Amino acid sequence: MSTVAEAVAARAAASAGPEPLTFAKALTAAMADSLRADDSVVVFGEDIGTLGGVFRITDGLQEEFGEQRVFDTPLAESGIVGMAVGMAMNGLRPVLELQFDAFAYPAFQQILSHVAKMHNRTRGKVRLPMVLRVPYAGGIGGVEHHCDSSEAYYAHTPGLKVCTPATVADAYRMLREAIASDDPVVFLEPKKLYWTKDLVDLEALRAEFDAKPASSEGRAVVARPGTDATLIAYGPTVGTALAAAEAAAAEGRSVEVVDVRSIVPFDDETVTASVRKTGRAVVVAEAAGFASVASEIVARVQERCFHSLAAPVRRVTGFDIPYPPPKLEHWHLPSVDRILDALDDLQWED
Amino acid sequence: MTIPAEAQQAIRSFGISLEDYLLPVHGRVQQIQILDPSGHLLPEDERGSAPGHEYPIPPGEELLEAYRRLVIGRRVNDQNSALVRQGRMAVYPSSHGQEACQVAAALCLSEGDWMFPTYRDSVAVMSRGVDPVEAMTLFRGDWHGGYDPHEHHVGIQCTPLTTQLLHAVGVAHAAKLRGEDTVVLAMCGDGATSEGDFHEALNFAAVFHLPVVFFVQNNQYAISVPLAHQTVAPSLAHKAIGYGMAGERVDGNDAIALLAVLDRAVRLARSGSGPLLVEAHTYRMQAHTNADDATRYRADAEVQAWAAKDPLVRMREYLRGEGVLTDDVEASFAADAEEVARRLREGLGEDAAVDPADLFRFVFTEPTPQLREQAALLAEEVARDDISARDDIPGKEH
Ligand SMILES: Cc1ncc(C[n+]2csc(CCOP(=O)(O)OP(=O)(O)O)c2C)c(N)n1
Ligand SMILES: [Mg+2]
Repeated sequence: MSTVAEAVAARAAASAGPEPLTFAKALTAAMADSLRADDSVVVFGEDIGTLGGVFRITDGLQEEFGEQRVFDTPLAESGIVGMAVGMAMNGLRPVLELQFDAFAYPAFQQILSHVAKMHNRTRGKVRLPMVLRVPYAGGIGGVEHHCDSSEAYYAHTPGLKVCTPATVADAYRMLREAIASDDPVVFLEPKKLYWTKDLVDLEALRAEFDAKPASSEGRAVVARPGTDATLIAYGPTVGTALAAAEAAAAEGRSVEVVDVRSIVPFDDETVTASVRKTGRAVVVAEAAGFASVASEIVARVQERCFHSLAAPVRRVTGFDIPYPPPKLEHWHLPSVDRILDALDDLQWED
Repeated sequence: MTIPAEAQQAIRSFGISLEDYLLPVHGRVQQIQILDPSGHLLPEDERGSAPGHEYPIPPGEELLEAYRRLVIGRRVNDQNSALVRQGRMAVYPSSHGQEACQVAAALCLSEGDWMFPTYRDSVAVMSRGVDPVEAMTLFRGDWHGGYDPHEHHVGIQCTPLTTQLLHAVGVAHAAKLRGEDTVVLAMCGDGATSEGDFHEALNFAAVFHLPVVFFVQNNQYAISVPLAHQTVAPSLAHKAIGYGMAGERVDGNDAIALLAVLDRAVRLARSGSGPLLVEAHTYRMQAHTNADDATRYRADAEVQAWAAKDPLVRMREYLRGEGVLTDDVEASFAADAEEVARRLREGLGEDAAVDPADLFRFVFTEPTPQLREQAALLAEEVARDDISARDDIPGKEH
């Protein structure tokens, strides 16, 4: 056993053990711990101070860390991101909240032209260690502009890391890693997961991060093992994929679920290993399917696993439409039934 | 909005002084107010207008009609908030307390003029003539908007802040090129004035010399963030100066002052003044929306202080004092308001049939081949679900 592993094990043993924690509180804890551990971390955005954010993700941070390090800005997203670029150039590590997915769009000029390119333009002389937290995607009965799946815009822009957690533990782990990263990270937080709860040993997660601050960065994980087919999902659809795998098991099919976690960089190794093993795959994502992250994953799997595939790789995605109003959204979102239909389509011989 | 002493010192020694900027008020931000909070006319020299530019009081009939709409507007706000609590609507951003602004925004425009409202301006939209139930479609969650913008010249209520201001500028520009004498009322909130599009809209309107009246309802908050975090300008009306246009600040709870100022602004814009900026000083009496908890960021005492300035009470007292608002007239206004509330309850009380095929119908003028394919897949799924939802089908497992 290595000394690092021993240290982690020792701290984990000293903790109170797993306790119920919400996804939202895991994110808050990640920011609080980062603010505590590193004086250069600052947190800002709209309504994130006194109010604690419209989703309360920054709840209590201003109280604990003061108005210099946790503060409300004027209402201007391009201002928020552009100012963060300058702050990052001058020694700080800004963590921004953009209030909703579609309200990040006024900042696109800053994100696409500067956040993504600064390191490259300056031949590596300027790093932009910043995190753009974006409450993201739908399934919460929100009205227009509050439910967009915007990951493809970011993923298509070279120079941005893009990730999205699907579990409470990953909410903590991935946000801490994002804040510690020296590259800019677009951190997509599936809104519908904010209020989900899990048993989590926060002290063990802290120990894990302190021992190895980037141990899970850029990695996909097998969320459920299986042998007959692979469902590849990220963020809001991981839970749906797991439910579909459960339903498929009842029908006698062993389905593996891979949680992509990090869209950029993409973990080809884990995904490829799974599909080579099962020989069948369906990619599940909430965003519109056309020119999407799901299409990219299909292409990569097809290129790497062609000889192992028993059927073409399928996609279950949102339709190619603007995000629907609350009363129609259930038709749009990838459902267990649609995933099962897609699985049925994979040219089974039985 | 306090400027530190050192900054004041610096400004004094550099170009345009703070005094120049504050002229002619020298520290006191002027504001047009005609009625005091108890409903009495202020003496003419205390109404905030520059000598020789006094605002006339609109005729009695117009004021009575304004009051009728205030009563309806208040009822609409309270009815919609109740419908949200009952789960009949997804969300409602109430303009409770801002009804005078809402009504004046509708009344100042002529038929051919345009209004570009925000999510908070439902009462203004209805006051302009849009059917109340159609206006509520967005918040009920059936569709993203429920009315035809061309019918009453009302843009679709806009959520991405200040993006609609540029659309207003565009409508005015097109009207100018087409030789129409349209005026466009471009509406936004105090927080929204920090967005980049606010700047671009004012500058475009000024450079192209367009008949746009920018109407900012300063209700003191952008969700939880007070105005002091948005700007250190002496007032939002002052922002006009940097664009080379005129700004006026008005008591946003004084319907008479609002009507006077907006009427003049629209008339000036129509006669070629170029764009103007009107800031209405008001207060958001309720939380940002039903999803918000205002007790987290503001004190009850502050809310109560504004309750004492209620725009309905003020107007009512004045009109009763003038003898034009009799018990009978009041009863008939209350009945009108109740009728609108009843329509809202009925219209929103039942579930409107939503058609999943609508998802694909309007993305383009004609659905693409891909959308037709997806529509067919969904239709098949819906048909299958309908069958599996029935339990009288022979052979269907229970
Ligand atoms: C571009 C953009 N950013 C953020 C939001 C989220 N948001 C909705 S309303 C609001 C506050 C707006 O305040 P203000 O302009 O004062 O209008 P009010 O709601 O007070 O009427 C915010 C931040 C948005 N709708 N659009
Ligand atoms: Mg406001």
